[in-house]
Amino acid sequence: MTGGLHRVLLVDLARHRSWVEDRGRLFAERLGGAGVAIELLHEHCPEGCGPLAPENPIVVAVGPLTSLYPLASKTVAMFKSPHTGNLGESHCGGRSAMALRLAGYGAMVVLGRSPTPVYLSVDADGVRFRDARTLWGMSSSLTAGRVMLEREGGAGHRTVLRIGAAGENLVTYASVTVETYRHFGRLGMGTVMGSKNLKGIVIAGDGDIPVADRGAYQKTYRDLYTRAVRSPAMRKYYELGTPENLGPLSAMGALPVRNLQSTGYGAEPPLEGETLAREHLGRRLACSHCPTACIHLAALREPHPEAPYFYKTTFVSYDYEPLYALGTMLGVERPTDALHLLDAAEHLGLDAMSAGVALAWATEAFERGLLDESVTEGFRPAWGDARGYAAMLGRIARRTGRFYTRLGEGVDAAAAAYGGADYALAFGRLEMPGYHTGPGAHLTHLTGARHSHLDSAGYAIDQQDMKAGQPRSPGELARALLTEEARRQVLSSLVICFFARGLYDADTCVACLSAVEEKWQWDELMALGEDILRRKHAFKAREGFDFDALRIPARTLEAPTPLGTLSEETLREATSEAQRLLASGERFSRE
Amino acid sequence: MGKRLRVVDVERCVDCLLCAFACARRFGGGGLAKSAIAVRSVGGMERGFVVVVCRACEDPPCLAVCPVGAIRKVEVGVRVDADRCIGCGMCVEACVIGAVQWDAAERKPVICVHCGLCAQFCPHGVLAHEEV
Repeated sequence: MTGGLHRVLLVDLARHRSWVEDRGRLFAERLGGAGVAIELLHEHCPEGCGPLAPENPIVVAVGPLTSLYPLASKTVAMFKSPHTGNLGESHCGGRSAMALRLAGYGAMVVLGRSPTPVYLSVDADGVRFRDARTLWGMSSSLTAGRVMLEREGGAGHRTVLRIGAAGENLVTYASVTVETYRHFGRLGMGTVMGSKNLKGIVIAGDGDIPVADRGAYQKTYRDLYTRAVRSPAMRKYYELGTPENLGPLSAMGALPVRNLQSTGYGAEPPLEGETLAREHLGRRLACSHCPTACIHLAALREPHPEAPYFYKTTFVSYDYEPLYALGTMLGVERPTDALHLLDAAEHLGLDAMSAGVALAWATEAFERGLLDESVTEGFRPAWGDARGYAAMLGRIARRTGRFYTRLGEGVDAAAAAYGGADYALAFGRLEMPGYHTGPGAHLTHLTGARHSHLDSAGYAIDQQDMKAGQPRSPGELARALLTEEARRQVLSSLVICFFARGLYDADTCVACLSAVEEKWQWDELMALGEDILRRKHAFKAREGFDFDALRIPARTLEAPTPLGTLSEETLREATSEAQRLLASGERFSRE
Repeated sequence: MGKRLRVVDVERCVDCLLCAFACARRFGGGGLAKSAIAVRSVGGMERGFVVVVCRACEDPPCLAVCPVGAIRKVEVGVRVDADRCIGCGMCVEACVIGAVQWDAAERKPVICVHCGLCAQFCPHGVLAHEEV
């Protein structure tokens, strides 16, 4: 093991103390990233721990390929989620992975609660606890991030993680913004930071990583780089970026519109990647060590509301998922309106996806008379009303009053208080991602360890089945999804960006590891992937997760998908099969 | 004549740092400690970046200030004699564009040798390795 990967930095916020533990064996056996993070979560999170209790740890981890190979650019975070009350896991790029690894750590575990607001300054020498009382309550998470970077000064490659108002006020789906434009977005890592009085973390690192077999490393690197810049598999990410999905998903009738009352706009949706790029794309950025540069920033040039000849230009990062959640789901169809909402979520530190789905539920509930203006504090939520939605996002982040407090706990909590569960679109308490492609997508949301579309990408399996002309059986579906989820545990332990999953095939993963003296066969890696997945489910079971208690919102069964109307029986059967395969201990992955 | 490294279109820089990683790899390993090329944002990533590379000066200030004669001029740029270098850091101060990097662990300067490896790995056409 090279380059300090075996070193785990522990931080005790209660005592403002930090120390390093040598966990060489843990990294040797579990690679890094998700494989290591789930073990550290088992170790440090007491059974039944309240997600907002000081005892809830935040674990972040990188892996053996971090800062060595292109597209090995992500950091994995784990914690107990305040949003679902169970496993919280989120991945983020930016400079986070590089900075942690080059500061000489494989993982960091943040424990306890600081008596007063602080931010952490981390480098190769350890941790400094900085006063953040003046930063607490700032209206924009972006300003707070800039102040932290300016105060830390100095050289080195730096990452800055920080929360906004939503995290401070304990909205259960508060995100963590990294480098302004990347996020630990889902499941409330920002909330846990808020509960710890932890405003941000600056990490600076510029160390080196010795490599034993230099010749093999150079060759493997060059081969991988050549494929990365030539591969058609990466093109969609670097040209239009993920918003390219808007058009095809709309055309196939799989794009959720107005709380899934509709499934698309036909072949030419009002929000789509080409128009966004042509009219608004201002700059593209990359995560460290990624040639793809998928980060798309829109430049919004707008006149000052009162003074003539004054303009401001705002840069807003846009991706498919936030455009779905704060765009199509809300009937917000003008690109500039959608971009304004994305910008608001960014400043407030909200998970754009959960926030958008929560507002979509509220709009439908208002339409149906379940809510009135006395409940919504005078607002009349209406499809496409971006100005109204922006104001409501502010109330959610600040948790003003009972209604916005419930909305800030997600649609399950809101529907429990006000009704409308049939169209409260969440799975495992996590608001639905933007794919209504068929049974595969929703089975990913049901069976995935974190109920995220990224767990096993069932929407991709649905699209394969569309081409094949028929869906596969529930049993086959369950096995295919778990196999993909196990494979993704390998990638998220190395840690590779999932956008590069087509490049990092079995041979590539083995060759990359081999060149840095990690001897693994692909079959061993897949066995480990299955085991990591089971360790996640062991954590979930320990914390009370029950497959049988999963709620399937009626709306998802009513709205037709490209693969037909979904049957609850099929979804339940496949979910049971997934549960059985996970519990059985048998090798389920087939390559 | 030899070849010199040049920044040809900094507006296309996306801050991927592949150039810096390539530079460090010329010694065989990973990370960035031994990288001679620096990429910095211009007050916020949305405003773009500066890519700092050695300009291979005709009359190099880094060479002129070195108190022990550890820096010598070559056809394109300079070379550092690590054995002779005493780690004073005056060369870093002397370079007004900040192109002399510092390896903190070794306490030695890292100066571009104009090998062009970084340009080979720049996916967006920011850098070029050109005949002088």
